Amino acid sequence: MEMVAHCLAGLPDEACGLLVGSYGADEVAHLFPTRNAAASAMVYEIDPKDMLRVDRAARALGADIMGVFHSHTHTDAYPSPTDVAQASDPGWHYVLVSLRDTHPVVRSYGIVDGGITEEEVEVPRLEVPGLDLGSAPGL
Amino acid sequence: MAVEVRLPTVLRSHAGGASVVSVDGATVGEVLSKLVAEHPGMAGQVLTDDGTLHKFVNVYVDDDDVRYLQGLDTPVKDGAEVSILPAVAGG
Repeated sequence: MEMVAHCLAGLPDEACGLLVGSYGADEVAHLFPTRNAAASAMVYEIDPKDMLRVDRAARALGADIMGVFHSHTHTDAYPSPTDVAQASDPGWHYVLVSLRDTHPVVRSYGIVDGGITEEEVEVPRLEVPGLDLGSAPGL
Repeated sequence: MAVEVRLPTVLRSHAGGASVVSVDGATVGEVLSKLVAEHPGMAGQVLTDDGTLHKFVNVYVDDDDVRYLQGLDTPVKDGAEVSILPAVAGG
């Protein structure tokens, strides 16, 4: 949810951030929203200063950068050709957040040698005492 | 000068899974060339064929991006920390 909030706050530009945890594992332990140095609605670039900050923070937590998330403002939650071409780590999770429709959609992928494999996204249920949130698509 | 080179996750498999390796060199360029020579699996991912820094990585000496220092000619002191971090982007 924090990821979707960061993406919505980044509009009209694409937003991005890093996933931190155990490299190669399925679970994301920490989320680090970052700046989009490209400040564009079409492309994103993790601000190098933020990358340094997150690298240090991950190290202090005894964890690694294990993936990246970014938003697509007008297209689907699916890696674009640019995303695939620039996916440099076959061990990372590449998460896409689509803001195209009213309800944001979150999907995760592995990208290895140009091949895209979708992964299941499981979001921990938000527990609010006395309130039944049911389940919202992608959230 | 012996420096500690911190490797990004994508390069660790070429160093036997290590996240830090010790490399000798007087400049960033020397350190990186030595790193690739000692771990040939990294060829083409840190330095390009003409010896310049690959655009998919950013290199820091302690906390300074070498692009704002002297690039590959940036000198390194004994015991310095050279971090190779991925340049992450997409569309």
